[in-house]
Amino acid sequence: MMKIVFDEAFCKGCNLCIEVCPKQVLSKGSKRSLKGYQMPDADAAKCVVCRNCEAVCPEFAISVCEEG
Amino acid sequence: MSSHDNNIRIIHGNEACVEGAIVAGCRFFAGYPITPASEVAEMMASRLPQVKGIFLQMEDELASVNALIGAAWGGAKAMTATSGPGFSLMQEGIGYAVESETPCVILNVMRGGPSTGQPTLSSQQDVYQARYGSHGDYELIVLAPSSAQEALDLTIRAFNLAEQFLVPVIVLTDEIVAHTRERVAIPEFPQIVNRKKPQAGEKYIPFEGSKDNNGIPLRANFGEGHNILVDGQLHDGYGNRVGHLPGKSADLVKRLCDKITKNVDLITDIEMRNVEDAEVIVVTYGSTSRPALRAMKEARELGLKVGWVKMKTLFPFPEKELRKLAKSAKTFIVPEMNLGKIVLEVDRVTKKRVVSLPKIGGELHTPDEVLRVIKEECQNA
Amino acid sequence: MHELGERYLRKSALPTLFCPGCGDGTILNAMVRVVDKLGIKNFNFVSGIGCSGWIPVFINADVLHALHGRAIPVAMGLKLTQQDKHVVVFTGDGDCLGIGGNHFIHAARRNLDITVVMVNNYIYGMTGGQTAPTTPEKARTKTAPYGNVEPPFDATKLAIAAGATYVARHTTAYPQQLKVGLEEAVLHKGFSFLEVMTQCPTQAGRIIYGSGEPTFLFSELKKRTLLGKQQATNSTQFSIGVLHYDKEKLPYQPVCEGGIE
Repeated sequence: MMKIVFDEAFCKGCNLCIEVCPKQVLSKGSKRSLKGYQMPDADAAKCVVCRNCEAVCPEFAISVCEEG
Repeated sequence: MSSHDNNIRIIHGNEACVEGAIVAGCRFFAGYPITPASEVAEMMASRLPQVKGIFLQMEDELASVNALIGAAWGGAKAMTATSGPGFSLMQEGIGYAVESETPCVILNVMRGGPSTGQPTLSSQQDVYQARYGSHGDYELIVLAPSSAQEALDLTIRAFNLAEQFLVPVIVLTDEIVAHTRERVAIPEFPQIVNRKKPQAGEKYIPFEGSKDNNGIPLRANFGEGHNILVDGQLHDGYGNRVGHLPGKSADLVKRLCDKITKNVDLITDIEMRNVEDAEVIVVTYGSTSRPALRAMKEARELGLKVGWVKMKTLFPFPEKELRKLAKSAKTFIVPEMNLGKIVLEVDRVTKKRVVSLPKIGGELHTPDEVLRVIKEECQNA
Repeated sequence: MHELGERYLRKSALPTLFCPGCGDGTILNAMVRVVDKLGIKNFNFVSGIGCSGWIPVFINADVLHALHGRAIPVAMGLKLTQQDKHVVVFTGDGDCLGIGGNHFIHAARRNLDITVVMVNNYIYGMTGGQTAPTTPEKARTKTAPYGNVEPPFDATKLAIAAGATYVARHTTAYPQQLKVGLEEAVLHKGFSFLEVMTQCPTQAGRIIYGSGEPTFLFSELKKRTLLGKQQATNSTQFSIGVLHYDKEKLPYQPVCEGGIE
């Protein structure tokens, strides 16, 4: 089971991770980063660990990790 | 020179610069052909491979000066040679070397300007460009050889000063020095200065002045595990940009300038003859120092109290020494192969009567031309 | 932060100065992955002026942020004095093809063993959106308010003609392929040229394409990418992958003692 962690210090709310995800795991969220950017939400259950989101993120702000 | 010097040759100034660079440890040259400096590149092309160095003929002078910057951070003692038009092209690179504290040596063999000017005739027209050619507030070191022997000696000194002060050093010869063949003694083991390295295990801040080094940073090269960030934008001790911060920006510019101006006593190299009782002093640099020396001697034979000064460092300008002379001497004559440039410095510093003796067109002053003015000034004094 | 960022980024320089959704960050990401695979001690980085010039600044390695257009000659000096290190140059379309054009073609001609990553965003981004050597004809920019009257360069064709032995194109719209291509370019012994078609939402996006939304320009790039054997049906499209690969030609070597071996 995966969990998707967003770094609220560095996420700039660009939504590219949402764009590259093949399984609609990510969507626009409501939580704001420390700088006020709108961060994504994640439905980690659908994640197939392709790591496209990690590869595209310009700020290293998203991590796909093992739960626990 | 010690008695161990055994290599005496008859060579011209350009070749002397090459030999001086090689004994100083220069192992990287990147240049572009230009009259009257091309021999430097040609001789470096054959000499550097003999000492396992790298010679590059780059596509232009912009590439040349920037290749020096890369090579210097790769650990090499690096040099280029050019003349007026190429020197103009190199100014941005020189500014980068000053700002990033990159040691390197740039030889400018002055020719007649402006623009394409007089490729095969001499001048001293670039003296202010050597000091102020790049944009911004900055200091660097400018040396002025007057003979083939000095071309060798001052090139060695240029490398040492570059390593000591982490600054580009301009060696300013002219076509006459470059192409006049004279007796030159090439030292086998001259005194060599290398950039001072940080101690292993000690905290190292690449762009912070070190108390153990006259306020000059210690220097580790690329590839030594320090993850150095070199940047042309104003930066803090770690190389991170501070251009948007007025206070920190001013701090860096000040440190870079203080590095030179506060250490001027370690840099100034000036020769003086017969100045103790002199009422009139001829202040010279480069080629003009030689006819002026002859003129001074002839004036003395006529009983005139004349002195002679040869500035081997043009910048930082030897203000202290000239101010001291101004306490006793009444008149300063400055012969130059330009329309009067260093005379403005002499005027500013001595605040005494200062007479410019300009000569353009490409020919050196004759001793008589200088003596005539000396006699006039002695009469009027 | 992602563990690769923790391990390899220069913390004192963060946060990055990239706009939200800037492709430069994705290129930085790809470079960090390559560095993780090949070993960071084996790299020297040089960059020019422009947004792309900041990419390697954020990597905790030896980095020289050089003058506009002059990263390549600096890289030559650095490569020849530290021949055991990979030298990767980050440059923009203006930095590489405009002011730096001369150095670009000569380094390619020499087959100098460096990797030049040219970030192509079709515009001069850092200075606010002026015409670049790659701006499409008729596009409106800050210095072409009536439309660009100049045709753009195809940088990859220029690189091949000049003598580059590895020429490839990738895009930030396909970041996994970008990383693979970047690694291949770095490992090639000779002049490697990698053009990366990159979204610049703030300048190219707003000024040329009508939207500053990162995902808009990103998906536009994705649409223009020709995969596999797809053929172009209009001039905005581009193919990605290796375009030229000469494994035989020896990389540049300066003259050694006794002459060329």
